[in-house]
Amino acid sequence: MIELRNLTKRYGGSTAVDRLTLTVRPGHVTGFLGPNGAGKSTTLRLVVGLHRPTSGVALVDGRPFADRPRGLRHAGALLDAGDVHGGRSARAHLTALARSNGIPRSRVGEVLDQVGLTEVARRRIGGFSLGMRQRLGIAGALLGDPPVLLFDEPFNGLDPHGVRWVRGLFRRLADEGRTVLVSSHLMSEMEQTVDHLVIIGRGRLLVDESLAAFAGANSGAASLEEAFMDLTADRLDYTAGGR
Amino acid sequence: MDARFRDLLAAEWTKLWSLRSTYGSMALITVSTVLFSVRAAVADHHNWPGYAAERRAAFDPIHDAFPEEGWLFVMLAAGAVGALMIAGEYASGQIRTTLIAVPDRRAVVGAKVVVLAGVMLVVGAIAAATSFGVSQAILADLGAGASIGEPGALRAVAASTLLLPVCALIGFGVGALVRHTAPAVVVTTTLLLLAPLAFDITNRWTAAVHNALPVPAWERLVGNPYVLPNLHVATVPGAWAVFAVWPVVAALLAAIVVHRREP
Repeated sequence: MIELRNLTKRYGGSTAVDRLTLTVRPGHVTGFLGPNGAGKSTTLRLVVGLHRPTSGVALVDGRPFADRPRGLRHAGALLDAGDVHGGRSARAHLTALARSNGIPRSRVGEVLDQVGLTEVARRRIGGFSLGMRQRLGIAGALLGDPPVLLFDEPFNGLDPHGVRWVRGLFRRLADEGRTVLVSSHLMSEMEQTVDHLVIIGRGRLLVDESLAAFAGANSGAASLEEAFMDLTADRLDYTAGGR
Repeated sequence: MDARFRDLLAAEWTKLWSLRSTYGSMALITVSTVLFSVRAAVADHHNWPGYAAERRAAFDPIHDAFPEEGWLFVMLAAGAVGALMIAGEYASGQIRTTLIAVPDRRAVVGAKVVVLAGVMLVVGAIAAATSFGVSQAILADLGAGASIGEPGALRAVAASTLLLPVCALIGFGVGALVRHTAPAVVVTTTLLLLAPLAFDITNRWTAAVHNALPVPAWERLVGNPYVLPNLHVATVPGAWAVFAVWPVVAALLAAIVVHRREP
């Protein structure tokens, strides 16, 4: 479970996350949506302790994540597929991660198999496509068999088979009772992936309800994407061609 | 030792030895130390018949073991390995993956420092002992070679061994501050190799600054008489103190900035 209480993050004069209070429950795939600059990535970074909140708290299974000596066993996160050293092989990268958390080496082979990278495991990550890096990031998130998983834009760069595979994976992880939070700025992508929706705009909570409830409340809209566009239209930071 | 910290050491060991640059640097260190000390010893061996009596009397065989032109490569390579160990993580974004796996930032820096210093100490001991042994063996038949028991010999070998972890940790501190690979290597190289040239050693005050730099401290400890006579030469304990303070300050600085700054 992920709990945010009045979570706030300011950088200089701008507020990236604004008094966000939210509980992300286990057993669901929760979609985390918002336009560019809404504060999704900042929120995820606050949850895993990379950034420290200006005020408020973010808890992972009841404790601030930064207090955990072995992070991978408590939460797996793919925040940016590019956050890897390109000079290492996929296997060396995952082996180092596993060793840092006292996870047996055999687990590296398992997750490589699970994401389909076994054949390229000895190649340097620098030569990987974005889709392969996403798979590597997912492998890293799964290493510690954690109860909480966070994915920031995991569909970027994946081919249609990859997208379908990732959807199935998220569903299985949630069915196993894990907390799965997936961020995206594309409603169309989320519709087929998640069963719960959290939408933020300019760092503030706009929607926190099941996908079915959101669809019911917006049955007048042409599509959920349309409903999302309407909802966030006045909360955009960047608009092409002015407003 | 705490089991968790042992896991971090294992992870950093894996990371260090899964990069090509580490192997390149180690090769540069081994080849340059042995090659340059052999060259210096062979040159003196060749020229020995032409040396006048006073030149022979003043001859310092230890200098042939640790010629500065060869050890400049060592300083460069060791400093670069240290700088890349941390700046490489920031520049690539790997640091975020590392710190999500292990949120205790000070422990991560501690493990890196221990692995870096330990590996460099072993490599330094091999490089220094080989350079000393090979060069003195070449000079032995002239009766000009030094044994490890001679005054200054053990000190020179010890200082040259420690030079590697000292340079590597200084590079590490710079890498943590600068966080970009190329600038980190340039700043480390400047600090180690170029900065000593900027200070006039005939003036008392600038000589004091010069003597407080790590590479001049090494030169003092290997007792090289061919270095221009420095009127304000550092004391041996003073040079050891310089050798101790720089890496400790660099490691502490790295721990502070990695802990404080958002990756």
